[in-house]
Amino acid sequence: MRNEYLAELYHLAKNDRNVLSLVSDNGMIVYDEFRAAFPEQYFNFGISECHMIAAAAGMATCGKIPFAYTISSFLAYRAYEFLRLDVCLENLNVKIVGIGTGVSYGYLGPTHHTTEDLALLRSLPNLTIFSPASPMEAREAVRAAYQIKGPVYIRLGSSGEPEVHTEKFSFEIGKGQVIFDGHDIALITSGAITAEVKIAAERLMEEGISVKLISMHTIKPFDEDLIAKTAEKVSKLAVIEEHNIIGGLGSAVAETLADRQIAIPFYRIGLYDQFAKGYGTGQQVRMQNRLDSEGIYQQISQYVKEG
Amino acid sequence: MDLKERAAEIRKMIFKMAYRGGSGHLASAFSIVEILTVLYFGGILNIDPKNPDWAQRDKLILSKGHASLALYSVLGMKGFFPQKELQTFCKPGSEFGGEPRMGHIPGVEATTGSLGHGLSFGVGIAMAHKMNGEANRTYVIIGDGECQEGSIWEAVIAAPHHKLDNLTVILDNNRLQAMGKVEDILALRRLRESWENFGWGIATVDGHDIEKLCKCLDKDRQTEDGRPHLICADTVKGKGVSFMESEPIWHYRMPNEQELEIVLQDLGMTREELIQCEMNI
Repeated sequence: MRNEYLAELYHLAKNDRNVLSLVSDNGMIVYDEFRAAFPEQYFNFGISECHMIAAAAGMATCGKIPFAYTISSFLAYRAYEFLRLDVCLENLNVKIVGIGTGVSYGYLGPTHHTTEDLALLRSLPNLTIFSPASPMEAREAVRAAYQIKGPVYIRLGSSGEPEVHTEKFSFEIGKGQVIFDGHDIALITSGAITAEVKIAAERLMEEGISVKLISMHTIKPFDEDLIAKTAEKVSKLAVIEEHNIIGGLGSAVAETLADRQIAIPFYRIGLYDQFAKGYGTGQQVRMQNRLDSEGIYQQISQYVKEG
Repeated sequence: MDLKERAAEIRKMIFKMAYRGGSGHLASAFSIVEILTVLYFGGILNIDPKNPDWAQRDKLILSKGHASLALYSVLGMKGFFPQKELQTFCKPGSEFGGEPRMGHIPGVEATTGSLGHGLSFGVGIAMAHKMNGEANRTYVIIGDGECQEGSIWEAVIAAPHHKLDNLTVILDNNRLQAMGKVEDILALRRLRESWENFGWGIATVDGHDIEKLCKCLDKDRQTEDGRPHLICADTVKGKGVSFMESEPIWHYRMPNEQELEIVLQDLGMTREELIQCEMNI
């Protein structure tokens, strides 16, 4: 997703000289092309995330469109108050781009995991949140962020994620994307873990289970209508997220079900109010937390079999 | 009206607003009266109150947003909005809250109130104007206690790095914070030298001496030396009301009836003037 972000940002910066790329001392090599092409639109703020976000807000008051990019945990947690007051409160046109969401930085452990960002950022008024599942969704999310005149958080995985869409799809802000349609169970997911969920869904389908798979690439505004319509047509719902089960996608779905008074068997898979365990590649950390395709498959399979 | 008389009027207005609103950081506002008087009425800021969004304007950010009473008074007197609106301070339905918000009040350039934000915000503005080759100057008023915030130092490091000679920080150096003396609570040793070491141009001035402030801010405006400037303004918290001066208890407190008499005497205001329905504007 990182490469798609950079490619799209390059395109935006080329066409609009007000588009700025801000980083907080990260992105060695991968930013070389951008830096060479648009040196006056690139700023490395050093290791100072709070300052970067507040300065980005100041720039936005002068018509600039800053895309502030760094490791998502440092954006969502360290800079939270700066996002809240300097960016979101006055609805300024700043784009916040977090790299390494979920457990992508598996080798580095919980300091670099981002498994509570949605809980925090979903509660900020004025903020649009994109959580793309794949390279195609990431590219569309960057384009959409540019079109929105206000704050946007783009929640990227890392790089090399497989594509989950087999054909060109229509990315619509605030609308979930149905990847498979089915009626026994709907799997609702978001972000880089979608590829794992898709593998699990394919295994379930091979076993004769009819699965609906939805990528919620926009967390806010949330596609409540799709959740409600889906709940009418399937027997069970499950949410799979690379995030604490508190405050994330599962919470957003649960809020929708409660608000609309929809009763349906509902299951959440994620981190059960704990930090992710273990080290290794992102995939190995997912495995240790039962968030890889195998772990997801087993949990869903058991859930489907339960009465 | 000369600048000293203007400053006296601003102090009266500050107190009237707080008295009517029943709230406000009076002492913090009194601390920066002369600074704002010179900036807004002494020909320092390039602004047009009738056109608050004028692209070529200079920008003043009150990072110590709790001194909003002073900023509102000055903006009202300058004509950014009808002065009668000042009567609504901190009342339901008013835009004039305890902390200033941009986009809600003409002339307010940044939403502040949580300390340690305004300087970074100002750095971003100054960077944007540099990028565009624009001549706008950005001024940020911070408190000395505010320098205990870590984020201030991120901005202190960044501004000289980006050679922001279009940025001036005015340090309201009144040596007090909410709970007492800065020196006793968390001493800021060699504060000016610290900024200087990071690459700022430094000036020091008596923050209540109108003439000296005029000279200092004039010189600052004319100095383009490739670095941002810090003007360390030595001030007295609560300046102008005898019993409030340098007394920490007055950080966030309203006077009682007995104390009110002294306030009126010190500010040169009658009780009638204070309580009349329409502010004397």
